[in-house]
Amino acid sequence: MKAKNQRLVLLVLAVAAVLGAVLLAMSALKEQAAYFYAPADVARQGPPQDRNVRIGGMVRKGSVRRAPDGVTIDFLVGDDSPHLIPVRFKGIVPDLFREESGVVAEGRFQAGGLFVADEILAKHDENYMPPQLDVKTGEHKSESLK
Amino acid sequence: MRKVLLFLPLALFAAVVLAFAFRLYAPGDAIIRSRMVGKPMPDFALKPIVPNHPGLAAADLRRGAPRLVNVFGSWCIPCRVEAPQLEALKARGLPIDAIAIRDTSADVAGFLRDHGDPFQRIGDDPTSRVQIAIGSSGVPETFVVDGKGIIRHQHIGEIRPEDVDGIVAAWEAAR
Amino acid sequence: MIAETALAALWLAAALSLLQLLFGIAALRPGGSDVAPAMRPVAVAQAALVGLAFLLLIQLFLRTDLSVALVAANSHSAKPWLYKFAGAWGNHEGSMLLWVTVLAGAGAAVALFERRLPERTLIATLAAQAAIGLGFYAFLLFASNPFDRLFPAPAEGNGLNPLLQDPGLAFHPPTLYFGYVGISIAFSFAVGALVTRDVGPAFARAMRPWVLGAWIFLTLGITAGSYWAYYELGWGGWWFWDPVENASLMPWLAATALLHSVTVLATRDGLRAWTVMLAVVAFSMSMIGTFLVRSGILTSVHSFAVDPQRGAFILVLLVLYIGGALALFGLRVGTVREGSTFEPVSREGALVVNNLLLSAILGIVMVGTLYPLLIEALSGEKLSVGPPYFNSVSGPLALLLVAVMAAGPLLRWRRDRIGAMARRLAVPLGLTALTLAALLVLFPAIGLLPLLGLVLAFGVGAASLAPLWKRNLRRTPLFVWGMVISHLGIAVSLAGMASEAAFTRETLVAAPIGETVSVGPYRVRFDGVEPLAGPNWSAIQARFTARRGDGSPFVLRPQARTFHSPPTETSEAAIATRLDGQLYTVIGKQDEKGRWQLRLWWKPFVTLIWLGGGLVALGGLLALLGRVRRRRAAREDEA
Repeated sequence: MKAKNQRLVLLVLAVAAVLGAVLLAMSALKEQAAYFYAPADVARQGPPQDRNVRIGGMVRKGSVRRAPDGVTIDFLVGDDSPHLIPVRFKGIVPDLFREESGVVAEGRFQAGGLFVADEILAKHDENYMPPQLDVKTGEHKSESLK
Repeated sequence: MRKVLLFLPLALFAAVVLAFAFRLYAPGDAIIRSRMVGKPMPDFALKPIVPNHPGLAAADLRRGAPRLVNVFGSWCIPCRVEAPQLEALKARGLPIDAIAIRDTSADVAGFLRDHGDPFQRIGDDPTSRVQIAIGSSGVPETFVVDGKGIIRHQHIGEIRPEDVDGIVAAWEAAR
Repeated sequence: MIAETALAALWLAAALSLLQLLFGIAALRPGGSDVAPAMRPVAVAQAALVGLAFLLLIQLFLRTDLSVALVAANSHSAKPWLYKFAGAWGNHEGSMLLWVTVLAGAGAAVALFERRLPERTLIATLAAQAAIGLGFYAFLLFASNPFDRLFPAPAEGNGLNPLLQDPGLAFHPPTLYFGYVGISIAFSFAVGALVTRDVGPAFARAMRPWVLGAWIFLTLGITAGSYWAYYELGWGGWWFWDPVENASLMPWLAATALLHSVTVLATRDGLRAWTVMLAVVAFSMSMIGTFLVRSGILTSVHSFAVDPQRGAFILVLLVLYIGGALALFGLRVGTVREGSTFEPVSREGALVVNNLLLSAILGIVMVGTLYPLLIEALSGEKLSVGPPYFNSVSGPLALLLVAVMAAGPLLRWRRDRIGAMARRLAVPLGLTALTLAALLVLFPAIGLLPLLGLVLAFGVGAASLAPLWKRNLRRTPLFVWGMVISHLGIAVSLAGMASEAAFTRETLVAAPIGETVSVGPYRVRFDGVEPLAGPNWSAIQARFTARRGDGSPFVLRPQARTFHSPPTETSEAAIATRLDGQLYTVIGKQDEKGRWQLRLWWKPFVTLIWLGGGLVALGGLLALLGRVRRRRAAREDEA
């Protein structure tokens, strides 16, 4: 092969590999990026099936039920709309997870509309800090407790 | 063909930079975004929390003149930081109402005594129900509501001295 | 006075870097100029001055001089001295000062030790290094001055946050910085070579040790960071595909590709443009990583402060340097003399495949990291990209890459035959088949990716040792040992990852005090809990007695800590390390019936992940020593 041709082939190969990777990534992202849904969105569009999503809202008062095994909890997440999402989570919930406080959960909807969460992120506002003030308080936000 | 390929990395990099720049100047909030700007205040009627201020209802925000609604809590430290700025806004003629989140009468009275009282009406929201309904995810937040009860502006976080002019402008624009 | 002296030193260093850049430009002009010999001393003096400024900053922290704003905000007189010391770079300004110190130090090292590079290319390289330095000096002096005074001085400092008092956090960032900034040398070499159009084996040989050095630090930094997240976060995972983690992985991927392509360039004079491109990309990834972390535009579990002004400054630097280098690449690389060609089945052919796969993985990680940004910019929709994406897309490519890694070192340079390679691979291939059969019989329920991972780990482990086969081990050059040990390290690490994925046993229960639960081969008795108070946290400490079969029992004490200000909850896992794995225990909350949530993991051979990372770095070190020694020998031969 001529030097010039080989260089061109290599270049095209390299570009093809990177673009191929990007296209592969993009199509996988369509499947696997977790979009954010509020209860009203779920009510409007129906629960997204077969993919990981994040839901967010408030934990409805009086809705938290602990299963007999002591590590599984069920609760309802609501927002300003009248709709509610039933959520189940097995694991250790963050301390800031309380009734009537904000919550973000990542997981999947089951066929019956139950949301099974793999991960719970609690939002807290006891000491709410807007972004500008964060500069002073340092590196760790407690929102990101898992 | 080859010339174009050689500049491809530069083009990709430019796209990434554009995305960065966009995000840098439009930073998102932490997790939940308010979709309430441009929408009417949902209906609510909150009881008074302290004797010398009436409670706050959505109807009070539809009386023809734009108002500010400050969402605060006596337990919240940034709310103390923004107290002088609220006083400044009041001095510039902006009527301010407030919603006290998960608070007690005694604590709010103490807060008003120690940090000033720029408020006309103060509604008691002991369960954060109204706070969530109006799309506020934390305290303090300040809403500009026009005379028809439509939310025109939402300031997230404490009002700093440099934010005062922007809020006055938003209030002027809502007239 | 110390702060003023340090600030003066910093200004002087900035002035010298400007001088270095101007000298470089003057010397490179057609007709030239006689300032070229001054370049090296200027580079060294600049490094000495900024080094002095950094030492003075450490001194300020050790003394807890509270009249300096940075010290007052980040230190406290009651801090242990180690954290006062590490506190100097445990904050934005200090870490940027460390960044320029390393940058200038690396430039000085090039000026002092680099004798092989053609003089003009060296001048261009030093000028490029000075140009990078200049931007960061400006950033320090105008946007994040570490020596600002505070008047009046406060009575006590602000920084007694025990969350940051962790030996891992004290030394993890500087290690990564050495790697990030070390790559700037490769970048400067590439820019220098583009300016003088002198890309060839001599350039590659000169650049290789610098790339190796930076790559060793990156490897160590990533390995240490992964272990830190594993024991500190208490989630049982060792890699979370968090944006901050990805920011360190991307430069490593690019540097690894560069390390291999530079070998092709040095040995066979191939891949000229590609190598230059990779050098630019590797440093771009470092800068983008710094930008992502420092500007806080991506939210992450490591979450750093959001600061648009500083973010904008770094973005401008990013545009200047990377945009400039890429534009120079587009303009100049077409005029670089062409390199030689090669056969597809050959060592260099395998290295090209290695490079393509590494670039593809890099692309996938980058797209996944930036995708939430892009989507939010375009449609305003919020989303997050997590492990399901990264594992499923980059996993298969990584396994393919490892398979190529097994074959590559057994191929000859220039030209080889597939049959001959297959013969050399016979033993590893046999071992691979044997492992596959054994695993399928013993663990029929194993997942596909972990299965492939384990099988490949054994096959590749054997294949990576094959280059030593029939060689006189005492006369084998050090850099061959380095390659073998690095590749073996990858196999070891892969074995750990696959074993962790396939064989981890987890028990999550609510147990009353006194109950015994089992996890993997262990029986763990929950003896009780006790309260514990720290300087500004309180904790519940559990006591477990664990026992394996009839072995002797041992005690584990995990804690659930609550910090008062800011109110933060952390889980301090208790980990018992054994030869064949780790027992990882976490205590959760009490339920209304008085039971406690316990989370226990048995993770067989999980330690291999980090042991492998260490081996990879060790291999890099051996290769570096081997190259330097050979260079010195070559120089003495010439003399």
